[in-house]
Amino acid sequence: MLSALSLASIDKEVAKYPAEQKQSAVMSALRIAQVELGWLSKDCIEYIATYLDMPAIAVYEVATFYNMYDLQPVGRHKVTLCTNLPCQLQGADQIAEHLRSRLGIGFNETTADGRYTLKEGECMGACGHGPLCLHNNHTMHDHLTPESVDKLLDDMQ
Amino acid sequence: MSLNTPDTQVCLWTLQHAEPASLATYIAGGGYEALKKILAEKTPAEDIIAEVKTSALRGRGGAGFPTGLKWSFMPRGFPGDKYVVCNSDEGEPGTFKDRDILRYNPHQLIEGMIIAGYTLGAVAGYNYIHGEIYEAYLSWEAALDEARAAGLLGKNILGSGWDFELYAHHGYGAYICGEETALLESIEGKKGQPRFKPPFPASYGLYGKPTTINNTETLASIPWIMRHGGQAFLELGKPNNGGSKIFSISGHVNKPGNYEIPLGTPFADLLEMAGGVRTGHTLKAVIPGGSSAPVLPAEVMMACTLDFDSIAKAGSMLGSGAVIVMDDSVCMVRALQRLAYFYFEESCGQCTPCREGTGWMYRIVRRIEQGQGRPEDLDELLRIGKNIAGNTICALGEAAVGPVASFVKHFRKEFEYHIEHKKCLVSH
Ligand SMILES: Cc1cc2nc3c(=O)[nH]c(=O)nc-3n(C[C@H](O)[C@H](O)[C@H](O)COP(=O)(O)O)c2cc1C
Ligand code: SF4
Ligand code: FES
Repeated sequence: MLSALSLASIDKEVAKYPAEQKQSAVMSALRIAQVELGWLSKDCIEYIATYLDMPAIAVYEVATFYNMYDLQPVGRHKVTLCTNLPCQLQGADQIAEHLRSRLGIGFNETTADGRYTLKEGECMGACGHGPLCLHNNHTMHDHLTPESVDKLLDDMQ
Repeated sequence: MSLNTPDTQVCLWTLQHAEPASLATYIAGGGYEALKKILAEKTPAEDIIAEVKTSALRGRGGAGFPTGLKWSFMPRGFPGDKYVVCNSDEGEPGTFKDRDILRYNPHQLIEGMIIAGYTLGAVAGYNYIHGEIYEAYLSWEAALDEARAAGLLGKNILGSGWDFELYAHHGYGAYICGEETALLESIEGKKGQPRFKPPFPASYGLYGKPTTINNTETLASIPWIMRHGGQAFLELGKPNNGGSKIFSISGHVNKPGNYEIPLGTPFADLLEMAGGVRTGHTLKAVIPGGSSAPVLPAEVMMACTLDFDSIAKAGSMLGSGAVIVMDDSVCMVRALQRLAYFYFEESCGQCTPCREGTGWMYRIVRRIEQGQGRPEDLDELLRIGKNIAGNTICALGEAAVGPVASFVKHFRKEFEYHIEHKKCLVSH
């Protein structure tokens, strides 16, 4: 189900914890799987459970608890905008409006062509640089303006 | 002494250099000297703890607990493994300082964690890094590799015969994992739900072993203290409030950012450093210590100095040092609505008063904001808050009440206007 590269990355995570605590690597394993497969299907969750000797339900609990895991398919480009108060004060609402009108979708929606998904995020620990967003969970773009957002979206093929 | 320069910078001084994050920059500035000295002289743990106590270093993660005292709680003769854990799960709205330590001075945190591990008799340390800052997770891991290659970490550190390892653990989107016991559950590969205390982590922590948890900035201050002495650190700040502290200032200022200045600096000085209130506007209110800290009106805040004791006396908390500035354009009902939503969204759901109460408070504030508020709503909000505070497993419950109670207390007129006139007192 996962590539040799992904499995090697998971093994590297497992090695960080005491031998009898493989379960500690479950968050990273889910992250690595999501990067490869785009989202976490039931099959994928079961696969990781087997790989880490965990009950599938325990993996499922983790996958549902943390906000950045996607248990449904998302667009090729997931854009998560922080809308919490400090970012809001610095103009996040205007950026949200711009994203909505430019993409024609609201938060938690995906464009019909499967290119973009829009999400609302909580504080990302970078408030002084807001408004800001995450691209596919791992790349932050800060000091957003309507113009920089346009460029960003155009670059996401 | 000039502010926010190496005169006052404990953690972010590397920013004055071209390659702030590199091992070479850190070593050129005296980095790892404290560790070398400790290992060469086999400094007794008690002496290190005494130095940290002298420094009056108080936890930078929000609660301001004296670090030396916390370290003294770790059991001594314990036969099995012990752990040191760093809390870099920075997700308290307004706080963005730990990310800069990870990005710009990763080695000072590494040295701090190694010294903590030596002092507390730990076999390994984990650094829990906030999910949304994946880039900082990668760069901190790269710094670990650099330290290992230089013999500063791993087996037989600097030829001392002592082994110690450090690892990064990456979160994936849950504010509650900043709470120390939720964080431990999360490292164990579970949902991040806080544990009942007691037992405290010092006796039952990670994998059930004695564990000390400190904030990133707390641990990164340790090498400075060991190099310059606890007394020097204390003298940077003021009695009972040792050292400098990073203040993350955001919102309606011209230059949001991190400013590392002595505890006890007047708020007015910080505001000036941050370029003042947004041009053309006046100061309305400030949340001085992250979203969980009670809001203070402008005139109260302008009279405060930035230290644990002064802010507490004014009725709020220094918390994580996250200063959220709001000018006269802000509708306090709307601002509170966003914060109330945050706590509702991030409650882990274990305790009924928190799970239900945060949703209830959010829905009431939202309906006031939308012009459907009722005259009895404000008292209702305060009543719900009273039922949450003190009746929950962790402090998120109280954190959710702080903003609600203080916004209503200080800006009651604005809420009443919203309810009566079904619109905002502040013109946009
Ligand atoms: C809901 C909640 C969120 C918290 N978030 C953080 C956080 O992001 N970073 C942090 O260091 N401490 C956070 N804390 C405080 C920790 O529980 C703990 O007190 C702290 O990490 C101890 O380190 P210190 O003594 O060095 O401050 C949070 C507490 C609560 C109740
Ligand atoms: S107070 Fe809230 S966040 Fe904390 S344990 Fe209870 S339900 Fe969870
Ligand atoms: S509020 Fe947006 S990053 Fe903190």
